[in-house]
Amino acid sequence: MKSQKNKNRLATVMLIVLFAILAILTIIPIYTIFLASFKPGGDLLQYGLNLGIDWSRMSLDNYVLLFTGQHDYWRWFANSIVLTVVTVVATLLVSAFVGYGFSAYEFKGKNALFLIVLIILSIPLEVVMLPLYKQMTTWGLMDSYIAIVLPFVAHASTIFFFRQYLQGLPKSLLEAGRIDGATEYGIFFRLIMPIMKPAFAAMAILNGMNAWNNYLWPLLVIRSSSKYTLTLGLNTLINPYGDNYSLLVVGAFFSIIPIFILFICFQQYFIEGMTAGAVKE
Amino acid sequence: MKKLFYSQKIAPYVFVLPFVLTVVFFWLFPIGNGVLLSFQDVLKDEWVGLDNYKRLLSDKIFLKAVYNSARYMIGTLILLIPLPMLFATLLNSKLMKKPGLFKSIYFIPALTSVVVAGTIFRLMFGEMDTSLANQVIGAFGLSPIKWLKNEWASYGVLLLLACWRWMGVNILYFLAGIQSISADLYEAASIDGANKWQQFTKITFPLVKPTTVYVLTISIYAGLSMFNESYMLWKGNNSPQNMGLTIVGYLYRQGIEKRAMGYACAVGLVLLIIVMIVNLIQLKATGTFDKEER
Repeated sequence: MKSQKNKNRLATVMLIVLFAILAILTIIPIYTIFLASFKPGGDLLQYGLNLGIDWSRMSLDNYVLLFTGQHDYWRWFANSIVLTVVTVVATLLVSAFVGYGFSAYEFKGKNALFLIVLIILSIPLEVVMLPLYKQMTTWGLMDSYIAIVLPFVAHASTIFFFRQYLQGLPKSLLEAGRIDGATEYGIFFRLIMPIMKPAFAAMAILNGMNAWNNYLWPLLVIRSSSKYTLTLGLNTLINPYGDNYSLLVVGAFFSIIPIFILFICFQQYFIEGMTAGAVKE
Repeated sequence: MKKLFYSQKIAPYVFVLPFVLTVVFFWLFPIGNGVLLSFQDVLKDEWVGLDNYKRLLSDKIFLKAVYNSARYMIGTLILLIPLPMLFATLLNSKLMKKPGLFKSIYFIPALTSVVVAGTIFRLMFGEMDTSLANQVIGAFGLSPIKWLKNEWASYGVLLLLACWRWMGVNILYFLAGIQSISADLYEAASIDGANKWQQFTKITFPLVKPTTVYVLTISIYAGLSMFNESYMLWKGNNSPQNMGLTIVGYLYRQGIEKRAMGYACAVGLVLLIIVMIVNLIQLKATGTFDKEER
């Protein structure tokens, strides 16, 4: 019996060592950029990223540059926040509306339409990217945030998630609403939306992260540098002129912070949102 | 009219209308347009029939891009399915302490944008002998490598980047799957004398299959349409001997950089066909079709 206990203890130690190593490997890249944010930007170019600490060369200069320097970083930051908030609000509202339609009603063509949701889920956006880009040009939507948000407000995977979430909804709730004289839309807005809060939270995080980190489609659509988002802006810094690398390293590190704070506060929702697709069928 | 709008017959269609409009304007329209464009030479503004497709099949750079995308996808499948499944099983073990803390840590890389993650990896795997990667191999007595100028080394860097960003998320997927398996099964198995390994192969592995299929599906999708990662590692779409060029990279090069929209649309449609075929094979192989028929 005692040997079993010792064996278990050994197994626990081995597991913790394994996962601690994995955790350290996970943190190292973030740690290197954190360290680099205190090093002169030129060092990055000369030495690359590493774990070296040379106190004589480390300073807060990059942070001074970030907060007081002449650059567009904060404009990009603000643009990203606006775009993320608009995307999340619009996508959640529209997708929940559609998802509810799929779960609450039986109607002609429903199965075929839902099959389309599933098919779209498996087609990479890149397939339609170029014709869509061309279309945006003819519609005069180039260089506008509308072109970034509008095509994706009825978002297949978000619709799918809401529909699954509402699948278990008792139909008696809808009947009760109708008896109380609510319209079909009133039932959705007054009765259903309030009980969807956890689902909204999970999808807000997932869509918010995607919007904040979105790169390729905005790269195609946005032309004027005043409309650059954080990812587009940061990428203009990869050519090492002037202070670019100093701003790149501190700006890249700083761009993780808002999402990281949200993650600490709403961890459960992050995990739910990210794993939402994989729930049992 | 107003009454009709509020009727129970019409309401469902109003609810799904935004999706229908999205499908028509942002999927069917572009795909249809893409098909038409792929039969044209857009720069010369003339119809060329199947020429774009014929050209694609003998275009060595395109074939290289297909090879690179396929190689990347296969690499991510080999690494990012069995390992997370194993790690999730171990994390879920009763012998493990504080699994929640580790779960949170492994999730952090998924919070970074591809721009930030790619920039970090480009500089960690810099060719100077002071970059972290060269310091590490230096500690083992190896001489510095020009990581991003070497075909296989750069493939390794791409895979490491993918593992770094997605290992934690995939562990979470598998954890969710494993935790939905009833504990009674394991108990019964251990009473019957099954060891941990047998329990893993006979219970965990078959019962997390829905999760495995899901992860497989999204990995195929993400692997075949990869572009941003290589765009960041090589600071743009040009890599030595096109070692980082992917199908979407080629689509971007032809459509945006060279303005050969017709040819680029053909690339896009070939990508669509490849994705469809791989998905069909996957669904067939994992028996997902049979389940739906039941």
